[in-house]
Amino acid sequence: MNDDRRRVLKGTGGMAVMGLAVAAGLLKPQAASAQAWNKEAFATKNVNDTVKAMGGSSGAAESKDIVISSPDIAENGAVVPFTVTSRLPKTESIALLVEKNPNALAASFDIPAGTEAGVTTRVKMGQTSNVTALVKADGKFYYTTKEVKVTIGGCGG
Amino acid sequence: MADPMKIRASMSGDKVEVKVLMSHDMETGQRKNSKGETVPAHFIQHVSATHNGKVVLSAQWGPAVSKNPFLSFKFAGGKAGEKVQITWTDNKGEKRSDEATIS
Repeated sequence: MNDDRRRVLKGTGGMAVMGLAVAAGLLKPQAASAQAWNKEAFATKNVNDTVKAMGGSSGAAESKDIVISSPDIAENGAVVPFTVTSRLPKTESIALLVEKNPNALAASFDIPAGTEAGVTTRVKMGQTSNVTALVKADGKFYYTTKEVKVTIGGCGG
Repeated sequence: MADPMKIRASMSGDKVEVKVLMSHDMETGQRKNSKGETVPAHFIQHVSATHNGKVVLSAQWGPAVSKNPFLSFKFAGGKAGEKVQITWTDNKGEKRSDEATIS
């Protein structure tokens, strides 16, 4: 009698745990789809296509209010540090593109209000290339470009 | 499970400066191993930083971000003692969250 009761308790305990796991599993895909990875943008080969894939219809205008700071010559292409700062009012996002990489877009950052329009990160560069910082501010796209020389490539073998 | 991130959050004037070092291979999908087989791409796709439940930075990354990625940014409205949480998700669905206290 006593043993039976135990088994029943154990059984329900197990069920409850399973239920929680399922609930957690169900929640995950929802959270992920809230900010889907922009596959199209990451497959583009040049700046214009990236602007289009990110929803900019009229292309991007060159701006002196975006500053890329990075080494002019990167000895190791696997780790090239970049800081992109935008002085454009209402900067919404900052993207970094390496033109001669297999896919141009390296990273894109969404800047909510209250966060400084400047990010620092490190990217790989396959070879000497123009690097473009693409900034979306007040619904429009702006860019600035800088050439970075690479001594040893950072993509592939 | 990936190794924990190293997060440093400190006051810099009236803003909080956050520096994050993640531990991830960031395989591009271009590299070949010693047998000549392509190593499948494995990289962080999403990064988000939250403070008091509010997103202070979100990012989408491609495989061109360096191995063991580094990220640094500043945001306003934080105070010493509060927490900043960073979460990343990669293309295989692996996920990691870590937090740091603002100093």
